[in-house]
Amino acid sequence: MTIPLDPTITPPGTSRFRDAGGVPADRWRAVRGEETLVATHCCFCGVQCGMYLRVHDGKVFGVEPRDHDINRMRLCPKGLNAYQQVNHPDRLTAPLLRRSRTDDLRPVSWEQALDHAADQIQRVQAAYGRDAFGMLGGASLFSEKTYLVGKFARVALRTRHVDYNGRLCMVSAAGANKLSFGIDRAANPFADILLTDCLLIAGSNVGECFPVMTQYLWGARDRGATLIVVDPRETSIARTADIHVALRPGTDSAFFSSVLHVVVTEGLADEAYVAAHATGWEEVRQAAAEYPPERAAQICGIPAAQITEVARMFATAPKAMAWHARGIEHHTQGVENCLTVINLCVATGNLGRPGAGYGTITGQGNGQGGREHGQKSDMLPGGRSISDPVHRAQVARIWGIDEADLPQAGTSMMEMVHQMGRGEIRGLLGICNNPFVSLPNYAVVKAGYDALDFHAQCDFFLSETSANAHLVLPVTTWAEDDGVMANAEARVVRHRKAQEPLPGVRTDTWVMCELARRLGVGDKFAFTGSEQVFEELRVASRGTVNDYYGITYARLDETGGISWPCPTVDHPGTPRLFEDGQTWHADKKIHMQAVRWHPPADPYDDEYPMTLTTGRTVAHFLSGNQTRRLGGLVEQTPRPWVEVHPSHGYASGDPVTVVTRRGAATFPALVTDAIRPDTVFVPYHWPYPVAANELTIDALDPRSKIPEYKVCACRIQPAAHVTAVPAPPVPPGHESYAATQVSRGDQHPPTSSQGRGTSEP
Amino acid sequence: MMGRTIIIDPGRCIGCQACVSACRECDSHRGKSMIHLDYLDAGHSVASMPTVCMHCEDPLAPCAQVCPAEAILVTPDGVVHDADKSRCIGCGNCVNACPMGVPKIDLKAKLQFKCNLCYDRTSYGLAPMCATVCPTGSIFYGTVEELRAERPNVAVASTFDFGGNLLTTGVAMVVPADRGDVPVPGGVGQPAGPTPGPQPFGSVPTSADNVLGEPL
Repeated sequence: MTIPLDPTITPPGTSRFRDAGGVPADRWRAVRGEETLVATHCCFCGVQCGMYLRVHDGKVFGVEPRDHDINRMRLCPKGLNAYQQVNHPDRLTAPLLRRSRTDDLRPVSWEQALDHAADQIQRVQAAYGRDAFGMLGGASLFSEKTYLVGKFARVALRTRHVDYNGRLCMVSAAGANKLSFGIDRAANPFADILLTDCLLIAGSNVGECFPVMTQYLWGARDRGATLIVVDPRETSIARTADIHVALRPGTDSAFFSSVLHVVVTEGLADEAYVAAHATGWEEVRQAAAEYPPERAAQICGIPAAQITEVARMFATAPKAMAWHARGIEHHTQGVENCLTVINLCVATGNLGRPGAGYGTITGQGNGQGGREHGQKSDMLPGGRSISDPVHRAQVARIWGIDEADLPQAGTSMMEMVHQMGRGEIRGLLGICNNPFVSLPNYAVVKAGYDALDFHAQCDFFLSETSANAHLVLPVTTWAEDDGVMANAEARVVRHRKAQEPLPGVRTDTWVMCELARRLGVGDKFAFTGSEQVFEELRVASRGTVNDYYGITYARLDETGGISWPCPTVDHPGTPRLFEDGQTWHADKKIHMQAVRWHPPADPYDDEYPMTLTTGRTVAHFLSGNQTRRLGGLVEQTPRPWVEVHPSHGYASGDPVTVVTRRGAATFPALVTDAIRPDTVFVPYHWPYPVAANELTIDALDPRSKIPEYKVCACRIQPAAHVTAVPAPPVPPGHESYAATQVSRGDQHPPTSSQGRGTSEP
Repeated sequence: MMGRTIIIDPGRCIGCQACVSACRECDSHRGKSMIHLDYLDAGHSVASMPTVCMHCEDPLAPCAQVCPAEAILVTPDGVVHDADKSRCIGCGNCVNACPMGVPKIDLKAKLQFKCNLCYDRTSYGLAPMCATVCPTGSIFYGTVEELRAERPNVAVASTFDFGGNLLTTGVAMVVPADRGDVPVPGGVGQPAGPTPGPQPFGSVPTSADNVLGEPL
């Protein structure tokens, strides 16, 4: 951008306001008079920043920074705009029902809606068996509700088919954590980042996906730490990193194995630590030896010298730390990728000390808590296994049921969709997820859901998935109920109810309890609110690895958050794991796992020679059902784009079609040097026909069953015009809230991956 | 440079626009953000930088000096205020006079809007909204000493060179530590060599009649 220095020319951006598309959810106005600040946390990502919601006259109308020690008053644009959801005109306020998908959704009473749902559940289960009715939860629910999803599926539906959207998010890290340590959570708190000497971030666009966590990264660098970023794109944290490893997507385990190999060959491994605390070192070392830097450099498409450089920087630091996120987890070798990072930390003795350790950054607010208490297909509360007879007996006793009535392990979310397509699952209850945007291979997902005899979905906005359902139940936003979430540090934080639910809206807890009553098990679901559920969760987790027994609402109010395990009410919680060098395995050792790299599931050929990778942008969250309705965020980033390297000859704004074996979609090009020439990137928050997930592959990691969102084969070709972005669905009788959608028609890509600059037209 | 002021470090900026969203939350201009957030190197990197009012000290507030309605006032603490709504005629002189491109004009309302360092907050000892929420500390509020306590050895500059015309501001920038104490080149994409620059501004003492609290 070159602007002549001429005082008679008004600089761009000074003659117009990019003012959130007119008015926000509850009308912009300065509120005068009584105002209450309700201390709570953000509803979005796994950092779980503290915030105050401003409440006037019983309505949430604004936000105020809160000096919670996670975020020290800092907030990202999503968090700042989050409050606008609560009284948004698009909110669902009545149950919506239709008998067939050819009809329109029509408002019905709660009584009718719940009776109908119970009838349909019983009809489907009578005709096709109990397992023919499935349930899908979500990790943006409070922990109490995730606990209820698991219990409702096993006790009320008595189906094996329950899973949750954390399956698309955290499960690879979870699998690796369990294998290595026998405990599934980050080993260190965020605050430890400030104490480290070398920080390695693998596959995490921290600046966009966890913006407030950036303060820890910069804080570490202020104190002299080096920063290594492994990412195919030059993200805002990679831009100034000491080393940016811009590897080819899908090659992470080859890279980390090679780094480990260099650590070994250069004598930088902490042999004493490994000998004292780990098993499997010999096998790991041998496997790593298969990836000398020259070979790994070929696989990863990076200079071999960079591998040596990373190994030396990480292994010679007195205290080093690695954090990773979806970038290495969303792969058919997601678990293996995480294991190679763990192996590197263990081999260099970087575990269990202030500033030395390992963490995984959860994507959803309750990405950690949501996977602990039983909504995962193979798990029961307290991180118990549903296949373990001892665990089954314990939970059956807590729930007051016969162990024989407790279903066995089910299948993963994507597998359940495949089963819907095959008619094995005929009915579904969805809570807190939007698979039409978030699952890979949209055509398969749509076909699977369309095949359902009965589909009920709970949501507070009409998502693309809800809009396709038979029954939509309007439930609360996070600000209309109490509950807890566990953030990426496994710190349990307390969310507080800031206002009463909108008229016509019920809590997810109430919905599940009322349905359970209609299914004849009301006595097992006699909960009047979140705290009662939490009390049962505490007991249900007592004595397990994920021990919440010592955590109470009152203690959370006093402390601002407690990290589990917390076995007794006078226990301070456990912010840092492995301080005594012991894990949660029976032998107390770290079980290092040998890993061998394999190519991604989708093969490259002449027709599909390039790589498509997907991810998030800072202004939007997950499937966008929330953020695509908030004017300020729509204005910052109105639409998806395809990020392309200049070597392909496109100019920014050119319509470019990305074609994969699953489909094709057209986006405006954002041409930038900040991406590998062999790779294109599309953000995934938007629905068909501008969905990244029309293109992605539904291949799964065999262990974690996470889909391979981060790599599939593609080609790009010029197109005639870009595809328009559809408006977010709204309930019948509602007008789409036009003022928030002003910029949505924008045909241009954003200026940069973070959005449009404020001076851009 | 003021005592407690905003200090901007573009090297830490991640371009997330939390500052832009936060600015909209201010009760005196809800819905309108006064912050400029630019992606500086589009097509090459994700580099970005926020711009707030620099609260020019010398020459004092060029925007105020050219205001025919004497609507832009400066308080003794050095804060250059946004145009007084009861006086502003929406002429846009301030927009053209500002060397940093900061003031905005609402053409419909015929009013100027500009960052006033969140006077509603800073006058009560709080940090401005943008600096409070900035996830990276790219927008810092405090004294240089407080900044250095958190970030040892940072260098700070508050003098800018617009084609030979020096401008000293109340808001400061973090600059590379090895850069030396020389003015920061002003303007965007300014070509090397002599260019037709803005006319030098005369210096106006703080007792000028557009300073808030002084008799008109």
